[in-house]
Amino acid sequence: MSRHTTQRLAFALLTLAAIVTTAPIVLIVGYIAATGLPAVSWEFLTTMPRDGMRAGGIWPAIVGTGLLTAGTGLVAVPLGIAAAIYLAEYAKDTTLTRAIRIAIINLAGIPSVVYGLFGLGLFVLFLNFGTSILAGCLTLAIMTLPVIISTAEEALRAVPQSFRVVSISLGGTKWQTIRRVVLPQALPGILTGVILGLERAAGETAPILFTAAAFFLPQLPGSAMDATMALPYHLFVISTQIPGMPIQIQYGTALVLLVFVLSMNLIATVIRARARAQRQW
Amino acid sequence: MAPSLATLKPPARASRNWGELIVEALIRAAGYSAILFVFLILLFLLREGLPTFAEVGLGDLFAVRWYPIEDYFGLLPLIGGSLIVTLGATLLAMPLGLATAVFVAEIAPRWLREILKPLIEVLGGLPSVVLGFMGMLALAPLVRETLNTPTGLTAFTGSILLAGMALPTLVSVAEDALDAVPRSYRDAALALGATPWQTIWRVTVPAARTGVLTAGMLGIGRAIGETMTVMMVTGNAARLPDGLGALFLPVRTMTATIAAEMGEVANGSTHYHVLFTVGLALFLISFLVNLMASAVVFRQKKRSERLLS
Repeated sequence: MSRHTTQRLAFALLTLAAIVTTAPIVLIVGYIAATGLPAVSWEFLTTMPRDGMRAGGIWPAIVGTGLLTAGTGLVAVPLGIAAAIYLAEYAKDTTLTRAIRIAIINLAGIPSVVYGLFGLGLFVLFLNFGTSILAGCLTLAIMTLPVIISTAEEALRAVPQSFRVVSISLGGTKWQTIRRVVLPQALPGILTGVILGLERAAGETAPILFTAAAFFLPQLPGSAMDATMALPYHLFVISTQIPGMPIQIQYGTALVLLVFVLSMNLIATVIRARARAQRQW
Repeated sequence: MAPSLATLKPPARASRNWGELIVEALIRAAGYSAILFVFLILLFLLREGLPTFAEVGLGDLFAVRWYPIEDYFGLLPLIGGSLIVTLGATLLAMPLGLATAVFVAEIAPRWLREILKPLIEVLGGLPSVVLGFMGMLALAPLVRETLNTPTGLTAFTGSILLAGMALPTLVSVAEDALDAVPRSYRDAALALGATPWQTIWRVTVPAARTGVLTAGMLGIGRAIGETMTVMMVTGNAARLPDGLGALFLPVRTMTATIAAEMGEVANGSTHYHVLFTVGLALFLISFLVNLMASAVVFRQKKRSERLLS
């Protein structure tokens, strides 16, 4: 076999691999969209479930996922950005800094169900928050933290050093330099990371399984100390726990969850692309 | 040296008021928080998991029967289940992920790259419960008919989906590693008359091997910790896998066991403690995998710094 034939064969195989990797994504998203769309109506989106969830809408699950995502952001975003500022702008290369980096890498790798156990042990039982939105948000926030820290740090480090030198030489303090010069420049990158982190939190089931999620609630949660329904857990429940569940409702719920998560993904991609086009350095 | 304020000293006359000092203290505390959280997670897993060893003998833990209702807490079937599903996922995802990374980094024209990369990112963003849902409805029947097994909910079905979940991590880390190979390596090979494929296979991929290895490890780490997908498609039968044939039978993984049973146990019971012990084991596995992967990355960085200086 000549080396050019070998090359043609190898390239064909590599192309095939790329197709095998990406085609199912299009198929899955397309199939859920096509099958789920007929089930999605205004009523489906805005009413409570009825008849043991076999009819009616998924309004409480949508509200729950919105609340959990927002609450997670409230905790994880300030903490994550502050940690990123510390790592990018203050930390010197010491053993302690290296320990922080190893801790972040490990937080990123801990299985989501282990976060669920941790949330159960610390927030639900030890701190006595009970199965609640608060416990769920705190658990999800710690899980989301490494994503936000690493992307935000990367965005901060991408700001050229000359910007900092100029600000300091004009008499700015460290914090003024960060607040007025570095942060605004890094904002699009940070925002991308924040959205990608929250996207993960919105789609997760295992961490809220024993910390926040309720099988079914007849009314919306009244406070942060109440349990809540959530889209991912609801999809799990109606596709595995309830016999005789109409398939349309299952696909409709999957579609709403996908739209929720993928629109966040889309927003992040748009912000990143626009920032890249407008960047002056 | 990466851009940073750490090396810049503001002039002494620059006004530093109390507000600023407080903000900086908060930032410092936030920086340290990651260590605190890892420590807290370990602490609470130990706190709830360690009583296991007082309540169940070691011999009973490393037994082959998991039947908590009758106080059989043999962990081997769960460990075996996790291993076989992860092994299957690795065998599927490694070649596929590496080939895709090579295609995206070395062969695909720019426009195709711009389509493929976001698409793979979408796969990474799909909630695991959605993948499990599609796995149950679409993949499991397919597996049952193709392999002629009594049920489609097998370890193999889980492996396929886990491979899909590991792919985005694998592809992007491997692609970064390939991108980091200096242009001059490729130019030299091509100038010596090698075909583009020979250049890729003999020069670029070997030069990126540490990064590719890291990609594999992180992908495996992702696979062993996945919960919802495996719980929905692997059939959840706690039996010890005996050989590769078990790949086509239902299994139950460590993660799925925690997720399925934790909701129903009484707090503080032996069953509850054992589930935390399983979580502790998962924590330690992921800790080791990530520590090893980051050690490889750190070593790599040092070597490249040496070469440049």
